Amino acid sequence: MTEHRMPLTGGCTDTPILKQRGQREVFCGLTGIIWLHRKMQDAFFLVVGSRTCAHLLQSAAGVMIFAEPRFGTAILEEKDLAGMACANEELDREVARLLERRPDIRQLFLVGSCPSEVIKLDLAKAAERLSKEHAPHVRVLNYSGSGIETTFTQGEDACLASMVPELGATDRRNLLLVGALPDVVEDQMKKLVGDLGIDDVQVLPAPRSDAYPEVGPNTVFALTQPFLSDTAAALQRRGARHIPAPFPFGEEGTTAWLAALAEEFGVGRDRFEQVTAAPRARARKAIAAQAAELSDKSVFFFPDSQLEIPLARFLTRECGMRAEEVGSPYIHKEIHGPDLALMEQGPTLSEGQDVDLQLDRCRAARPDLTVCGLGLANPLEAEGLSTKWAIELVFTPVHFYEQAGDLAGLFSRPLRRRAALKLEAAR
Amino acid sequence: MKLTVWTYEGPPHVGAMRVATGMRDLHYVLHAPQGDTYADLLFTMIERRNHRPPVTYTTFQAQDLGSDTANLFKTAAQDAYDRFRPQAIIVGASCTAELIQDDPAGLAETMGLPVPVIPLELPSYSRKENFGADETFFQIVRHLAKPVEKTARVTANILGPTGLGFRHRDDVEEITGLLADLGVEVNVVAPMDATPADIARLGAAHFNVLLYPETGEAAARWLSREHGQPWTKTIPIGTGATRDFVAEVAEIAGVRPEADESRLRFPWWSKSVDSTYLTGKRVFLFGDATHVKAMARVARDEMGFEVVGLGCYNREFARDIRALAKDYGVEALITDDYLEVERRIEDLAPEMILGTQMERHIGKRLGIPCAVISAPVHVQDFPARYSPVMGFEGANVLFDTLVHPLVMGLEEHLLAMFREDFEFHDEAGPSHHGGKATRRAEAPGGEDGGPAPQTPRSISAKMMGEDAAPAEGAPAPAAGSDVVTWLADAERELRKIPFFVRGKAKRNTEKYAAERGVTEISVDTLYEAKAHYAR
Repeated sequence: MTEHRMPLTGGCTDTPILKQRGQREVFCGLTGIIWLHRKMQDAFFLVVGSRTCAHLLQSAAGVMIFAEPRFGTAILEEKDLAGMACANEELDREVARLLERRPDIRQLFLVGSCPSEVIKLDLAKAAERLSKEHAPHVRVLNYSGSGIETTFTQGEDACLASMVPELGATDRRNLLLVGALPDVVEDQMKKLVGDLGIDDVQVLPAPRSDAYPEVGPNTVFALTQPFLSDTAAALQRRGARHIPAPFPFGEEGTTAWLAALAEEFGVGRDRFEQVTAAPRARARKAIAAQAAELSDKSVFFFPDSQLEIPLARFLTRECGMRAEEVGSPYIHKEIHGPDLALMEQGPTLSEGQDVDLQLDRCRAARPDLTVCGLGLANPLEAEGLSTKWAIELVFTPVHFYEQAGDLAGLFSRPLRRRAALKLEAAR
Repeated sequence: MKLTVWTYEGPPHVGAMRVATGMRDLHYVLHAPQGDTYADLLFTMIERRNHRPPVTYTTFQAQDLGSDTANLFKTAAQDAYDRFRPQAIIVGASCTAELIQDDPAGLAETMGLPVPVIPLELPSYSRKENFGADETFFQIVRHLAKPVEKTARVTANILGPTGLGFRHRDDVEEITGLLADLGVEVNVVAPMDATPADIARLGAAHFNVLLYPETGEAAARWLSREHGQPWTKTIPIGTGATRDFVAEVAEIAGVRPEADESRLRFPWWSKSVDSTYLTGKRVFLFGDATHVKAMARVARDEMGFEVVGLGCYNREFARDIRALAKDYGVEALITDDYLEVERRIEDLAPEMILGTQMERHIGKRLGIPCAVISAPVHVQDFPARYSPVMGFEGANVLFDTLVHPLVMGLEEHLLAMFREDFEFHDEAGPSHHGGKATRRAEAPGGEDGGPAPQTPRSISAKMMGEDAAPAEGAPAPAAGSDVVTWLADAERELRKIPFFVRGKAKRNTEKYAAERGVTEISVDTLYEAKAHYAR
């Protein structure tokens, strides 16, 4: 079994991290709602914030906003800012109206925003109060997705962490797989894990509130997403143990991730081979089709989602790319460590951002491909750089074997397009 | 607190960004938390700008709260000046920064930057995007416009076009051309493409052309007061309004009111026989007040539609819109709640909606054709091709825009003629929407014809979500349908009515029956109702 295990030290483990502070061109945690509400089918996400928050959700959700989605914003008005007591009453009224209108809702998340945090509106207490009021039909939870506290995908972390104290207790030795994945990917993951012979498996977040997983001192958990440090800590506080592993991107990442579980559960080498051989071959083949385009090309990551390190590991090791800089909003050594250990030394690792300085570095490096947010993508294209906009990596199925080729394709397509477009006169 | 999903307008600092991004050599230092940079992508994606908006955000985080945020602001302002060397800087706070009591204006003043620093007061919890744009432009003009001599030739400024404005790019080009035809030169277009130096010489123009009152009226009023510049009140959208605009400009400028109409095709297109079927099409209008006002005239007087309702989302213009509604004999809807708009549309059951991106989706849901006439709009309404809505070419564009969502006249006639034909049945869908014609599925029970067609689902049902089961014992959503039943014959007859008017026919019949206490609808009831409501 051990041959599939990846080293936990080496590579970029000891590379000094460039930490800069300045203007950050990133989303706040509220954006997590856009994909979380699709995963949790009986949940409603009520942001308590300003018109800016509503406008952000609208801009980020795009056409999704028109599908009567299960999220909304209780917009603070001037009168709410005048006195606290009033704000609580207003909130209770809006929640009651909402729940009356949407009787299908079983979990309500009160999501804190910058304005609600700054005026110190106590949403935790509000959640407690409203939980009592609307029990047992609706469970009311609270987390902060504010920009002052969370960056983009950290919103999911804050949300899942808020659910951990609500999980039932157990003494079973169960496996918890943590992180919201597209349904198709989740099904593949469960099948692989099941085929390895691990049978007591639950996922967080669960699709419905009546299927919350249980947790206890014999629980082990693996993360499927690299931005879940608070959730991991909350699970550890409940006695569960983390299985460190590289993240399941690409053939190698998926195999290493599964190998960590296999080792934990004492799965035999033959069985592991039997389960993974065919999909590994498929993944390698699919990646190879895209890697031709990517090989020997340089890549530069602006910070966005914390997926940057594992993705850089995938692109450098499996697609032959060269990383110039790998920026991440936050780097957690205990979580990103296994991926860092696999990445060859060379790239600058940066945590946080001063966007103008980072743009200067990017322009100086002139990478073949720049992974960045939508606020930077077109301006950089106009400067002649090829870009891959990062948000797509959060919304598109990219994890595990069957998506490995698609994942590489997301990076090769901009390069292919650049080569394909011939807009100059022919003569 | 107010529960919201859709917002017609962003917060006021987004309005300020629209002014800053529209201009050149101006920089906006915005005191805002991490995350507010999301607004950049409105400009880089929806408007497809090839540069970052000229905005520096302080992006403070939780650990900075306290005294540190003021320093952060100063550092950001200094860095922004050093890097971008703008001719002027505007400074302000977003909604969160408004709460933390730093004073961007005061802080910026103490820094002694060598360029004008213009402070903005944008109350985020009571005002919105359009106010933010209008106020920002006004403050810029107030601070920078200098007393200057009038130009020797007759010139005008064009006021109001901004970044992220609905068709502003091409409207400016069209109106510039129109003014040139009249012998009026453009002095400065602002905010769009203007530099602070351009703003300084606004006073040189003889008068102002205010294209978008939402974003330029405060500045126009100030320029009228301080620089003696009259401004045009007509918004040149549609044939008639453009002609009125020409007359108004001619009078102010003292030139002959002769514009080149050689490319104007709208009037003939509208008079040609294929347009006859447009007569009396019932339309509902919603959007920003300026576009609704102008488009109501186009709809009624130039397309021959019947305006059955209108409204706007920007309260600043509520009075205007109420007066307009009175002229049209309809009730004004002033709201920023899309659910109210949806309810009104459902009640009025128009045959067409002229609205924003939101109404386009409401129309889609209710099966009503819609043309987009106003912001907020999405990326497809920032087209690559030339598509003004103002001036004579704008009128041509509008004719096409209003006609395309409707089934073309001949096609509509044929559909009605062959409505029972195996290929032209309801489910086949309009041929120009890319659908593939399918044979009608045999209705269960042969002659029975299946259940009566459904009116659009009610709002209450939608509020419950796609997958929600209706609450037990809840009344049936469609008005009247719980008290009247359709006899099989009448139901079959109803199905013969073309699908695009059937909803209205069904509602009218049910209303007619309910008013007369009729509980069963027969073929006779159907035709009595038809005669009753015949126009």
